[in-house]
Amino acid sequence: MSAPNATGTRAKRPLRLTALRLFGASPVNGEGKQNSRSRFFSPPLAGEVAREPFASAAEGAFVTLALLLLALAFGCISFFIGPANMAPRDLIAGLFSGHGASGIIAQQIRLPRAALALIVGGALGASGAALQGLFRNPLAEPGVTGVTSCAGLGAVIALYFGLAAVHPAFLPAFAILGALASAGVLYILSRRGAGVMALVLAGVAIASLATAVTALVLSVAPNPYAMSEMVLWMMGSLKDRTLADLLFAAPLVVAGIAFLASAARGLDALTLGEEVAHSLGVNVAGVRMRIVFGVALATGAATAAAGAVSFVGLVVPHLLRPFYGYEPARLILPSALGGAVLVAAADIAIRLIAPDGQLLLGVLTAMLGAPFFIWLILKLRREP
Amino acid sequence: MSALSFARVSAGYHGRAVLNAVSAVFAAGAVSGLVGPNGAGKTTLLRTALGLLPASGGVIRLLGKPLPAWPREARAKAMAYLPQSADAHWPLVARRLVALGRMPHRTALAPLAAADLRAVDEALARCDALSLAERRMDELSAGERARVLLARALATGAPVLLADEPAAHLDPAHQLRLMELLRDEAARGTAVIVTLHDLSLAARYCDQVVVLDGGSVAAAGPPDAALADDVLNRVFNVSAVRTTGSDGVLALIGWKSA
Repeated sequence: MSAPNATGTRAKRPLRLTALRLFGASPVNGEGKQNSRSRFFSPPLAGEVAREPFASAAEGAFVTLALLLLALAFGCISFFIGPANMAPRDLIAGLFSGHGASGIIAQQIRLPRAALALIVGGALGASGAALQGLFRNPLAEPGVTGVTSCAGLGAVIALYFGLAAVHPAFLPAFAILGALASAGVLYILSRRGAGVMALVLAGVAIASLATAVTALVLSVAPNPYAMSEMVLWMMGSLKDRTLADLLFAAPLVVAGIAFLASAARGLDALTLGEEVAHSLGVNVAGVRMRIVFGVALATGAATAAAGAVSFVGLVVPHLLRPFYGYEPARLILPSALGGAVLVAAADIAIRLIAPDGQLLLGVLTAMLGAPFFIWLILKLRREP
Repeated sequence: MSALSFARVSAGYHGRAVLNAVSAVFAAGAVSGLVGPNGAGKTTLLRTALGLLPASGGVIRLLGKPLPAWPREARAKAMAYLPQSADAHWPLVARRLVALGRMPHRTALAPLAAADLRAVDEALARCDALSLAERRMDELSAGERARVLLARALATGAPVLLADEPAAHLDPAHQLRLMELLRDEAARGTAVIVTLHDLSLAARYCDQVVVLDGGSVAAAGPPDAALADDVLNRVFNVSAVRTTGSDGVLALIGWKSA
């Protein structure tokens, strides 16, 4: 939203042209691309001013590809880093064979951790982009709106009552129920015409309530060991995750992101407000429902797998938005990729900074994300 | 032919009636002005026409067919809406924003077709906004944004256009230009229905004026009849000065609270 960015966009034109020719055929961002190609590969219409239509279509495709490659690269680095000093060759062999120490480490420890980082980040990034589109405000995010805390509360309740031990599916199920409850409250408030600030404040209240109830559950925990387990888990970490965690989280997150993507078009229309979206034939209530449900699924499953990892959904869409012409629909999938990159990178960083595991993922993202949040509020206040 | 008609339509919020048995006919190819004091039900009438607010009684017909019988997508192609103090919540590039007006013509994942691109360019050109097409909405002035947002509504190519106070918050030159653009749209056969606070704009640019007062129609007809002295006195509590512009068009100015 700042002016320097606009000039930056203009300066990058030669790059975008090159990128367009390189990736012109790849349908990353469907509609803009079609148009850019037809404009570049056909002579301009008579009397028309020569101009670049839908300026950032090619740039967006380029950034999306870069994010995809970065996510894969960080996933691989994450897979090769760990306290057990194993050669990459052994790990890869172990990943496919499953035999011996390298097989166990690769399949049961490294793969779940690396893949969960990508999946959790993807869930949080896409959820943030979708919530920001729905509330039409860059401050909306699963953590800020209390969805993450409520998912954590649901998971802690499942742990406390021993339900998670009865069947592993109870943990993500309760986390999703918790996320659904808070997202539902926000949904009802927004239906009643609550302004964006009211929603953010309601999110703060929901988060405080969820944290308080979580503290209550923890303080009546059966034994100190169980309590410390839950506390550590709540802080957000990808340490000691199993293949089972991955297998539960992955399909739920994918389903959640699919829900969000299905509502993308409606988010574009909501740029013009709910009444215009309605006049454009968008089922506004349906879009809201799909976003609330998709965010609850994705964030709930991610929180069940990794605990509370906050601010990813805030930072990533905000940084990526200028590359996608500020269009909410185009932002959802790149935000998923960006979130995957960020969480995988953060999870690598904490292992390099503190190999003994004193630094937790959720702690790092909060330490980086909270100042960003405050900076964002100040920036928004300055703008008219 | 009536593009949009109200037959004894009542509507309201939370059991409080805002529209009482309103009957009105809005013709194709004409600019119809909705005027009335604050709270008279102008915006409510537009919201009811859009289906945002269900009518508690009476029948609204869009192109001859009762409103509830229209499927959502078909209705979106038939009726475009420019809301009061319209704005974009994200600083989209103007051309992309105008392209949102083509949404009713596109299936979920289809790219913009050549017809869509043509409609977008044409709408921009008609609103003198082609030079703004590649600029972001937050780089534009209020008057420029208003032109782009009108282009968005025109890009749909709907036979009925509802505009709620499009002239508010604009300087005089932009107000006049905007009303001229609405007249151009009507000249293409569209039924343009516009709510206005400014009686002189209503008198000058509308073919037909519907005066609402307390949720009922107080007067309807050509501007000189619908905005006659006794109506202005009764409904708006003002008396008016009438004069003739340099082009011979009658001008009306609300002058004095009665």
